Amino acid sequence: MRTASARGARVSRPRLTARTRSGKLKPMRVAHRRVMLGKVLFLLALVAILVVASGVIMTLGQVPMTVAQAYGAVLGRFWPSLCPAVDPLVAHVVWNIRLPLIVGAILSGSGLGLCGCVMQAVLKNPMASPFTLGISSGAHFGVSIAAVFGITILDGPYFLVGNAFVCALLCSGCIIALSMLKGTTSETLVLAGIAVSYLFQAANQLLTYVATDEQRTVMSFWGMGSLSDLNWNSALFIGTVSILCVLLLVSKAWDLNLMTVGDESAGSMGVKPAHIRLLIMVVSSFYVSTIVSFIGVIGFVGLIAPHIGRLVLGNDHRFLIPASAGIGAALLLVANALSMNLMHNVVVPAGIVMSIIGVPLFLYLVLKGKRKEYWA
Amino acid sequence: MMIKLEIRNLSFGYHSADILKDFSLTVSDGHIVSIVGPNGSGKSTLIKCIDRILTPRSGRVTVDHRNAGDMGRMELARRIAYIPQSSLRVFPNTVFDVVLMGRRPYLGWASGPANEESVWEILSLLDIEDIALRPFNELSGGQQQKVLIARALAQDTGVVLLDEPTSNLDVRHQMDVMDILRDLVKKRSLTVLIAIHDLNTAARYSDRIVMMKRGRIVVCGKPGDVMNERNLEEIYGIRSEVRFINNIPFVLPLGRVNQKQNR
Repeated sequence: MRTASARGARVSRPRLTARTRSGKLKPMRVAHRRVMLGKVLFLLALVAILVVASGVIMTLGQVPMTVAQAYGAVLGRFWPSLCPAVDPLVAHVVWNIRLPLIVGAILSGSGLGLCGCVMQAVLKNPMASPFTLGISSGAHFGVSIAAVFGITILDGPYFLVGNAFVCALLCSGCIIALSMLKGTTSETLVLAGIAVSYLFQAANQLLTYVATDEQRTVMSFWGMGSLSDLNWNSALFIGTVSILCVLLLVSKAWDLNLMTVGDESAGSMGVKPAHIRLLIMVVSSFYVSTIVSFIGVIGFVGLIAPHIGRLVLGNDHRFLIPASAGIGAALLLVANALSMNLMHNVVVPAGIVMSIIGVPLFLYLVLKGKRKEYWA
Repeated sequence: MMIKLEIRNLSFGYHSADILKDFSLTVSDGHIVSIVGPNGSGKSTLIKCIDRILTPRSGRVTVDHRNAGDMGRMELARRIAYIPQSSLRVFPNTVFDVVLMGRRPYLGWASGPANEESVWEILSLLDIEDIALRPFNELSGGQQQKVLIARALAQDTGVVLLDEPTSNLDVRHQMDVMDILRDLVKKRSLTVLIAIHDLNTAARYSDRIVMMKRGRIVVCGKPGDVMNERNLEEIYGIRSEVRFINNIPFVLPLGRVNQKQNR
């Protein structure tokens, strides 16, 4: 009896220790650790997928090469001693034609996925995408102006890019400014976004109406989205913007987590909701505008990448942000490879391929997914 | 016992309509104070003004003898926790993550073992460790309320504000949640302020009851002193009978008083 009562006294607060009496971690904590490890592994797997897919995609095209040759050509630039026998033709094709596209696709896809993720969080709306704030119609409007009136901001090869970028910023700036009049709530942002988008769309349609056939072709091709104009210069530019924006957005991961439980709760836990929302919208609008002005309207990836991430990883933005970026990159990389190689000699615009492969994938995940909570 | 929370001449209004008028109240630590009153009397508004979710038009709130208006959001979050009436359920947060959010005022980017450990401790204190990995959205109302209490505890504040914590719960879970709160108030000498509709729950669990009408305190005192037929008629315009069982007043509503007279 005595030992029993003594033991009873010792275990009177058993739940306050991490370990059971036998010294093992309690099952829930083990499960939690396993979940966290799973998240890290998923992110590593995404990186691996990107590396492998890039290798395979580099071999596609008119100059035949093996995956090993492709990797050799890439690594050979940095460590010539490691890969001594690189065919100069292969090296040329990889470095000047295929790699810039792949790097550009990864940068653009990750940016779109990431911006979709943070925008859904601050707008508290799973239907939000990088284009909720009218960036696509704004950018398109810029292109239309260039095509129809010949008014351009930049000269030279980037004249469309410059117009698209400035008009996209103008459009989202309008929307953000309008919503600030009413305290920058998620509702005003979404509504102002939809309204202003319609305005710019109407302007686009008006310009399409008065345009010549040739001008119309430029406008509609741009609207389908294509990565084929990407080169090292544009990749460098997108890359620089990416690094700045990603650092800023990732550093706000905790605040984004809190935003998803509502403004009032977030506020009571130390976050300034309107402040964070404004910051995130400004940064991500800038980020998306940069990408869109180079590759055109490929918006779907920004809607589905965060959803796929959430289905797999849940809603912790410390993991969800990188996952959305990785998934977006993988989707766009594959979609672009398909768009360039699906049909012989014909490049199908990447935006179309993105939707054709993305929609069924998305619907499958939504309808088959085990997590039902946020569809209900 | 010391004064934990002091509200001085607090006023709040949207545009021209006044919702709180010159509201003053002092709360000591280790107390549960319930705020009762009809819909629209300003209970929720008061709670939100105390936590600066709404900015009062005038007056001041003092926590630990410091003006809440002068504190930054983070600093305030270390002193006052708030449990809203309903929380947004669009995104699939797990229970563990929801409670970990309460550590936000103390967190860097990585949560760190110390913060995670304190979450586990709180989960086991409230006996909800087994649902740690379930999505918050899939829980029952009672479980959700417990998780939100856990989140408030994770914030490690002296003051906890609750807005209608029991209104969606069955009677057993109401008692469950209120027992937990009473327990915590004793153990951690918390100061708890609850906006609540259920008069009997308020009377049973509160140290003090504040009766509000149209943004003002009508009467304030111990449940046994203020829960009487005359006050209920004045506040709600109802006829009632108050009976004492084990020294706890119970309100039996009997009917409405002629409404024209009441207005």
